[in-house]
Amino acid sequence: MIDVVLSGLAKWLAATPLSHTIRTTGWIIPSLQTIHILGVAVVFSSAILVDLRVWRLLQRDEPLPEVARRFLPTIWPVLLILLVTGSLLIVGEPRRSLLNSTFYLKMALLAVAIMLTAGVQRSIAASPNSWDEDRGRRAIAGRFAATLSILIWCGILFAGRWIAYTQAG
Amino acid sequence: MQQPQEFISYFEHSALADAIRENDFLFPLIESVHVLSICLVVGSILVVDLRLLGLASIYRPVSRIIRGILLTTWGAFAIAVASGSLLFISNATAYLDNGYFVAKLVLICMAGLNMAIFHGISAKDLPRWESDTVPPVPARLAGGLSILLWVSVITCGRWIGFTMPVR
Repeated sequence: MIDVVLSGLAKWLAATPLSHTIRTTGWIIPSLQTIHILGVAVVFSSAILVDLRVWRLLQRDEPLPEVARRFLPTIWPVLLILLVTGSLLIVGEPRRSLLNSTFYLKMALLAVAIMLTAGVQRSIAASPNSWDEDRGRRAIAGRFAATLSILIWCGILFAGRWIAYTQAG
Repeated sequence: MQQPQEFISYFEHSALADAIRENDFLFPLIESVHVLSICLVVGSILVVDLRLLGLASIYRPVSRIIRGILLTTWGAFAIAVASGSLLFISNATAYLDNGYFVAKLVLICMAGLNMAIFHGISAKDLPRWESDTVPPVPARLAGGLSILLWVSVITCGRWIGFTMPVR
C-alpha cells in the first residue's frame, strides 16, 4: 500500500517542471550535492567536536558550556540549508530516495540525532558544570550521550553515501 | 628508474585494487569513510578560518582555537588520504585522466601551501594580535583563501563522481 503511494508520489514529482529542470540541467544536481556535503561537514564537525570535548579529548582549557555554545547553535540554521538542498535533490530524482529504504534509515537516524543534539544542548545550558565533572552520574550520562551522538552522525553520513548504491532502478 | 606509469600500474593491478574494484561492498564502504573524514577535515578547518576572519569564536585567542582543533584535523586528514588512496588505486589510470581529480590534488596542495605561508609569515607576530576580535589583513586573507580552497576541493571531489567513466 505504502509502496503504491510513494511510487505515485515519485511519479507525480518527476512530472513537475522543477523536477525536469533539475534532472536535465547537467550542473544542478552536482552543485546541490556539493552544497549539501558542505552543510553536512559543518553540522557533523560541530556535533563531533562537542562530543569529543564531552569525553575531554580536546579543548580541555575551555569549559564545556563555552564549547557547546560555540558549536551547537550553528547546527540548526545549517540543517535548514540541508533540508532545502536535500528536498531539491529528491524533487530532481524522486525514485532515487523515495523508493529507497536507505533513505528512510538516514531520516530515522537524523530524527534521533536532532533530538539527542537538542537534548544535549539544553542539558549543558541548564546545568553548566555537572557534565564536566570527572566522576558522577551526570558525567557518565554525558559520555554515553556523546558516544551515541558520534555513532548516529557517522551512521547518517554512511547512509547518505549509500543511497547512491541502493537506489531503485 | 621505473616510469611513473609502471609504478601506478603496479598498484592498479594489485590484489587489493582488484578487490576494491570488484567487491560491491568495499568501494562504497571506503568511499563513505572518505566522505566522513573529509567532512571533519573541512568542518574543523572552517572553525579556524572563521576565527581568522573575525566571524566566529572571536573571544577565544587564535592559538587556542588552532590547538583545540589540530588533532582532529590531522587525524581526519590522515584517514582521508588513506581512504582516498585506496579509491584511487582501484581505478588509477582513469582517475589520472580526470581533470577534476587532478584539480582536487592541486587544490589540496594549495590549501597546504596557504597554511604553511600563514604559519611561516603571517603568524610570526601571532601573540601580538591573536586576541583581537578581528585579526589583521594577512590573517583574514589566509582564512578567506582557505575557505575558498576547501570549498573547491569538495566541489571537485563531487564532480569526479559525475565525470568518471561508468565501471
